[in-house]
Amino acid sequence: MVKKTKALDEVTIRFAGDSGDGMQLTGTQFTNTSAIMGNDLSTLPDYPAEIRAPQGTLFGVSGFQIHFGSTEINTPGDQCDVLVAMNAAALKVNLRSLVDGGAIIVNTDGFNDKNLKLAGYQSNPLTDNSLSKYQVFQVDITKLTSLALEDMNLQTKIVDRTKNFFALGMMYWIYDRSIDNTIHWISSKFKNKPDIVEANTRVLKAGWNYAETTEIFTVRYEVKAADLPHGKYRNVTGNTAVALGLVAASVKSRLDLFLGSYPITPASDILHELSMYKEYGVKTFQAEDEIAAITSAIGASFGGALAVTTTSGPGVALKTEAIGLAVMVELPLLIINIQRGGPSTGLPTKTEQADLLQALYGRNGEAPIPVIAASTPSNCFTTVFEAARIALKFMTPVMVLSDGYLGNGSEPWNLPNVKQLPDISPKFRTNPDNYLPYLRNETTLAREWAIPGTPGLEHRIGGLEKQDKTGNVNYEPENHDKMVHLRAEKVERIANDIPPAVVEGDEKGDVLVVGWGGTYGAIRSAVEAKRAEGKSVSHLHLHYLNPLQKNVGEILYNFKHVLVPEINLGQLIKVLRAKYLVPAVGLNKVQGLPFKSSEIENKIDEILGGK
Amino acid sequence: MSTLVEEVVSKSSIPETKYTAKDFQSDQDVRWCPGCGDYSILAQVQRIMPDLNVTREKTVFVSGIGCSSRFPYYMDTYGFHSIHGRATAIASGLKLARPDLSVWVVTGDGDGLSIGGNHMIHLIRRNIDVNVMLFNNQIYGLTKGQYSPTSEVGKITKSTPYGSIDYPFNPVSLALGASGTFVARTMDRDPKHLQQIIKRAAEHKGTSFVEIYQNCNVFNDGAFFTFTEKESKEENVVYLEHGKPLVFGKERDKGVHLDGFTPTAVSLKDGKHSVSDLIVHNENDSTLAFILANMTYNHLLPRPVGIFLSIERPTYESQMTQQIKTAVEKKGKGDLEKLLGSGDTWTIQ
Repeated sequence: MVKKTKALDEVTIRFAGDSGDGMQLTGTQFTNTSAIMGNDLSTLPDYPAEIRAPQGTLFGVSGFQIHFGSTEINTPGDQCDVLVAMNAAALKVNLRSLVDGGAIIVNTDGFNDKNLKLAGYQSNPLTDNSLSKYQVFQVDITKLTSLALEDMNLQTKIVDRTKNFFALGMMYWIYDRSIDNTIHWISSKFKNKPDIVEANTRVLKAGWNYAETTEIFTVRYEVKAADLPHGKYRNVTGNTAVALGLVAASVKSRLDLFLGSYPITPASDILHELSMYKEYGVKTFQAEDEIAAITSAIGASFGGALAVTTTSGPGVALKTEAIGLAVMVELPLLIINIQRGGPSTGLPTKTEQADLLQALYGRNGEAPIPVIAASTPSNCFTTVFEAARIALKFMTPVMVLSDGYLGNGSEPWNLPNVKQLPDISPKFRTNPDNYLPYLRNETTLAREWAIPGTPGLEHRIGGLEKQDKTGNVNYEPENHDKMVHLRAEKVERIANDIPPAVVEGDEKGDVLVVGWGGTYGAIRSAVEAKRAEGKSVSHLHLHYLNPLQKNVGEILYNFKHVLVPEINLGQLIKVLRAKYLVPAVGLNKVQGLPFKSSEIENKIDEILGGK
Repeated sequence: MSTLVEEVVSKSSIPETKYTAKDFQSDQDVRWCPGCGDYSILAQVQRIMPDLNVTREKTVFVSGIGCSSRFPYYMDTYGFHSIHGRATAIASGLKLARPDLSVWVVTGDGDGLSIGGNHMIHLIRRNIDVNVMLFNNQIYGLTKGQYSPTSEVGKITKSTPYGSIDYPFNPVSLALGASGTFVARTMDRDPKHLQQIIKRAAEHKGTSFVEIYQNCNVFNDGAFFTFTEKESKEENVVYLEHGKPLVFGKERDKGVHLDGFTPTAVSLKDGKHSVSDLIVHNENDSTLAFILANMTYNHLLPRPVGIFLSIERPTYESQMTQQIKTAVEKKGKGDLEKLLGSGDTWTIQ
């Protein structure tokens, strides 16, 4: 049978199944293959907090969405065009993400009476006509998988675990992707288990062949490579980019990297990643708790390391007192918060950006710190590198904000030229003459870094208020007032050391959409769509949240309306209103999910009164 | 150590000329209450430091919060007076980043066993080469007199007007339970013993934990007088000395005998027991260490003082350094460009 090939600019696919079905792996493989084929892309893993929730249940569904195309891709896609559902629960949970007329590929074996009951279906959606507005492709993946492995004498459990590769094989055929990359991955991943390599490879090929041979799929689609800038690329998640950015900062500062960290979702991957980089002199310390994680880092910083602690919101809450100590002793330190849904334990695996005010103000006393936020997965690299530069230059703790969406999401990354990364190495004090621990650089107000081991510079620091210059304990009213101002002024002066904010779109107009963090892609898509309609809309995305760039006020005043979309109840908007007295309007959503660009577009339309 | 750090710090930790106690006195006025046991401890530490043969610049004192934690201000070395309970964690990070330093923690029964109890046990089990001096005065002094995790049951304090119902920690047992490799007890009012123990603690490779009985003459005066004062000391304290039998008493006429696993006090005069029946201390025997530690709150037995345990186990930082060394040998020194471009890459022309 001759099958037709249709060209598409972009597609969004969502893989969904039980949390033990390997959907994250399937999605990641599809992503890497698409990246190597030159597509631009963005991904959204969506998985439950339970490691292996009971099979077939609604809360055990794990999903992975990938949006890829030959055009610029900024978001993982508002809705998916294709839903791969490994069982009834996966269909039930994810159907609302599917566009009308979209395609559903189901594993029919996941729709037996038990599955239907667990998913809360009264009747089988595959036969009761309730899916009539979609194209449904029914495949008994479980049976076809076991047939493919019939002669291998494997345990049923192992056979069952390979069925995600059948689904992946089919998707590779439908979207005209090569299976070679995944075969290569299987062989290296399971190199000590030849049976598993054979089984997974066979099933992957079986899925591909099935799609090609049967008459179920009559059309295959071609998504050409995107027109991305020149360069060498890899696909990167935000958390990997954080880890790489830290190693880069270590190399370029000529300081050993010390990571004090306590496992927490969704930040643990950074600890895992960095623990592999021993040949870079990286020291990772899995501390006994969040407090020891940061305080060990402070100790390392005192000793002259590039010290970092990685965590999520609940961890930051525990580190609060220690951040204040770092403010007081004026040592460089990076605190990296991969935000998740809160408060309390909240939604560990879901994204949110509700820790901004915690980052800015969440400490006792006047304890200002610089706060910078990453906007895309690959931007996490640039952001932590910049955070390290600021921390070392200004002798201050710096908070980096990322989130679960950026941390686990991925995109193609145009690799930076290592030689062009700036030298950020600090100058340790060595001259003992006239040394005082709290003498400051006139421009930056940073004190000098004098590390133990340096003869003649023996000195004591601590959390008690310091006397100006000497650093001796001091409780005098005027001195405290002066020191509070000095510490604040030091952070303020960072504004002299960072580039001005840049507006995407016109510098003057009707609506300025101001965002920060992981909402970048959704806002950019929405603003581009509105501009294509001829509307006067621009986008300002803030990476520096404290201090704000000097030209932010000026930019805000050039627009009739300011819209601030945030995955919280309005935190940046409070800062902008307080500082610039602008009547900004918020768009707020706290569902543990990123914005859809359509939601932002609708809000822009509403502000413009349908004009 | 990073290249940049190596460029500025001294290569050697050994002083060119021998220090005196005065070299370790900072220019800060000591501000403990007059009569506080801390003065003695400070003086003994300053006296013994020259014998340790480590330069001032390679010596760091880290503390948390409490009276004892003011200690670093008075030492002319590097020092870090941090936040409540966290000195052990800060010292851990410092020692891991800089294994070339001699790192000390000064803490108290509140700082080290209450708010900082968690970090304390984890430091000890990891066996990071940090010397911990825990000043135990069985009271919260800096906050003006609340009971601490080592206060005795029934203690009347500001926060326990009806008497404390908290059962106290025995710091030595806690350290042993956390798999300590060097665990000792000494007293502020026994300067010579204090110096000896501090020296041994400093020489030990791995975490050394030293409980120091310290008199708070303002809020808990005399808590340890039974063990420190001339008239009662000899009848109530047994000094643990490696290879020697546990003899005590003014006339050296009593000893500690092991009845099964139970230590009992026996007379050496009544003809029933002789010195050969007594426990001979072996500081390398961890089982014995537990038994001896357990004598602590038993009022029928003398209070053991000295080195309970001193054994070797690889330190955390030496293993960390080794893993890095092995990785560099195996994979070569890390190349950033290679790292960034690792995994699947593709080029767009």
